[in-house]
Amino acid sequence: MTEPSMTSPARPTVGAPGAQLLEGALTVLGDEPTSRVAHLLSLPQELPLALFSAMARLRAFDERAVILQRQGVIGTYPTYFGEEAVQAAGVLALSNEDWLFPTYRQTAAVTLRGCPPEVPLLMWRGHPGGWHDVMRYRVAPICVPIATNYPHAVGAAWGAKLKGEKVVALAFGGDGSTSAGEFHEACNLAAVVGAPVIFLVTNNQWAISTPISKQTRVTRLADKAAAYGMPGIRVDSFDVFACFEAVREAADRARAGLGPTLIEAVGYRLGPHGTADEPSMYRDQAQAGLWAAMEPLGRTEAALIEAGLADQQQLEQIRKSAAAALFDVADRLAATPLPPIEEIADSVHLRTPWSLSPERLHEPKWISNG
Amino acid sequence: MQLNMVEAIGRALGQILEDDPSSVLMGEDIGVNGGVFRATVGLQQRFGDDRVVDTPLAEAGFVGAAIGMCLVGLHPIVEIQFDAFVYPALQQLFDHAGRFRWRTQGAYGLPMVIRLPYGGGTKAPELHSDSPETIFSHMPGLRVVIPSDPRSAGELLLAAAGCGDPVIFMEPKRMYRRGRYEVPEALLAGDLDKAVVVRDGSDLSLIAYGAMVEVAEGAADVLAQEGASVRVVDLRSIYPLDRDELLSAASETGRVVVVQEAPRHCGVAAEIAAMIQEEAADSMLAPTLRVTGMDMPFPLFQSEDEMLPSIPRVVATARAALNY
Ligand SMILES: Cc1ncc(C[n+]2csc(CCOP(=O)(O)OP(=O)(O)O)c2C)c(N)n1
Ligand SMILES: [Mg+2]
Repeated sequence: MTEPSMTSPARPTVGAPGAQLLEGALTVLGDEPTSRVAHLLSLPQELPLALFSAMARLRAFDERAVILQRQGVIGTYPTYFGEEAVQAAGVLALSNEDWLFPTYRQTAAVTLRGCPPEVPLLMWRGHPGGWHDVMRYRVAPICVPIATNYPHAVGAAWGAKLKGEKVVALAFGGDGSTSAGEFHEACNLAAVVGAPVIFLVTNNQWAISTPISKQTRVTRLADKAAAYGMPGIRVDSFDVFACFEAVREAADRARAGLGPTLIEAVGYRLGPHGTADEPSMYRDQAQAGLWAAMEPLGRTEAALIEAGLADQQQLEQIRKSAAAALFDVADRLAATPLPPIEEIADSVHLRTPWSLSPERLHEPKWISNG
Repeated sequence: MQLNMVEAIGRALGQILEDDPSSVLMGEDIGVNGGVFRATVGLQQRFGDDRVVDTPLAEAGFVGAAIGMCLVGLHPIVEIQFDAFVYPALQQLFDHAGRFRWRTQGAYGLPMVIRLPYGGGTKAPELHSDSPETIFSHMPGLRVVIPSDPRSAGELLLAAAGCGDPVIFMEPKRMYRRGRYEVPEALLAGDLDKAVVVRDGSDLSLIAYGAMVEVAEGAADVLAQEGASVRVVDLRSIYPLDRDELLSAASETGRVVVVQEAPRHCGVAAEIAAMIQEEAADSMLAPTLRVTGMDMPFPLFQSEDEMLPSIPRVVATARAALNY
């Protein structure tokens, strides 16, 4: 084991604005080297590498998706570069019985529950095969309208509680979503009914071009929790071990009947909003550059090596095989036939109404025959 | 000058801000970023961030606030980022905006415009391709306007801003960058309630709006080669309908096909067909037919061409009417 050092890449400096934002946020990687190492060694043996592998898979997916977008294989795509720690922790800190409610930013989260990566990629390819099996994975369909997934998570958690099941629900969201009415309604409802739900909000400081300062006058989103009578936790979004602790604790509370938790994962959006976005139009990219060293995979690698839990070669191998698993994904996408529209129409209702029957989907025969 | 639709909208907004000191633009990402479609590029720089406001992500909140702004004499123009994201604001629009003049017994209106990029054909993700004009035109008290080209976009936007009542101004985003066309340097407000005959004809009328006008014109070209003289009417006003122009088209050509990309059920086309049935039945040589989207969520984009009325579908339907 190498001598732990305070200035390890596990704990990079992010410059003044970043350091200030992260102040007081739950951290493992930012701790004293000895406690950092001790923490990693205290975890179940498989866990640190499992978290790293999950992040590596998420990263490989994201990088491949960006390439596929450039190649025209998929359409516009919301990259999550830098947000792998929050997602990996959010999934791995819960059991497979627990429900997840992702947004467009966490399309690959379902792959950590065993869903093949081509499924979420098909979504961005505009193919109905992109809708994953919701019940099988206990992952709701990805949610595009901001904040509308929060009440769903509340209902799932509350419903499970009413049924006497020990199931927890976790909803992902962003800083921008905390301005929307449904965020407020969901938080309030969850607290009132004591729903075992976790609101995992990634504060990446940006909602497309809108900075958090134009979104809210509260500098710490977690403070909003007080208004609903629930705990609000701040955590370093680039620190997978801290995120894991935050979610695990919230889940423990939820299962113990203590109701909802708001977790603010503090960080910075390292990439563009999506492939169609050009951040240099609206933000100082130098500031984003200051945060680049926080990139979670590199930090985790440094910490794993420092704690003697893995060596560089082993970690590289994990990254490589994650990437390799996606090398031929474009072929698999191309080989997935598009169902005819009649089949898609037949998927809207349980009992398909006549208006969606193959004969009447378009103009009736006497008309379409001219 | 030669402008595409999104540039013409930007120009009209600049002119409104210039001419009307009470006008205010608000919406998500419209300031520094100039809007995700770039309709408001440069306007915050020109007019300041009190008049071109980046709002928090809260459609119900800022559409509701637009109503309050009207009470103190401002003229808000609100940009909704994409079609389906107006839905959180429906309560404000339906429960309040559309009822305000009525609640003041006709005395006061709300001079506000909701700009709503809408419609399919851009290979966008889910909920970025809806055509919700029907729900707005069904709820009382709102005007619904849809331009089809750069010039009508600029002129109708000016008219909407000056009309004194709330206007849902829907912008067919697939037409945003569909070529540059001549637009007058100084735009004049267009006629808000008027449909326009974009091509005259005597055998059949194709009624369309938004991106479907281009499709109707393409179909008219094909039908012309077959010897049919086809009139194309650009509806422009979804509520109210231009009854005179529609009834002239019906009675003068005797055959009508209406094209809409929105789902079929209870759509604008159904309303037009009912109007013709009620008021021009005697002149009709064929039933009024529709080419529409399907009664289902807008499909993920690989199948979007199935949803969107196409030239062949319009041609086939027109032939059915012609051969009836
Ligand atoms: C109700 C609604 N309004 C607007 C949009 C358009 N939109 C998509 S993402 C986004 C910004 C969201 O920011 P944030 O919540 O911080 O999440 P992030 O994208 O940073 O993950 C906006 C405005 C939307 N999807 N839904
Ligand atoms: Mg954000």
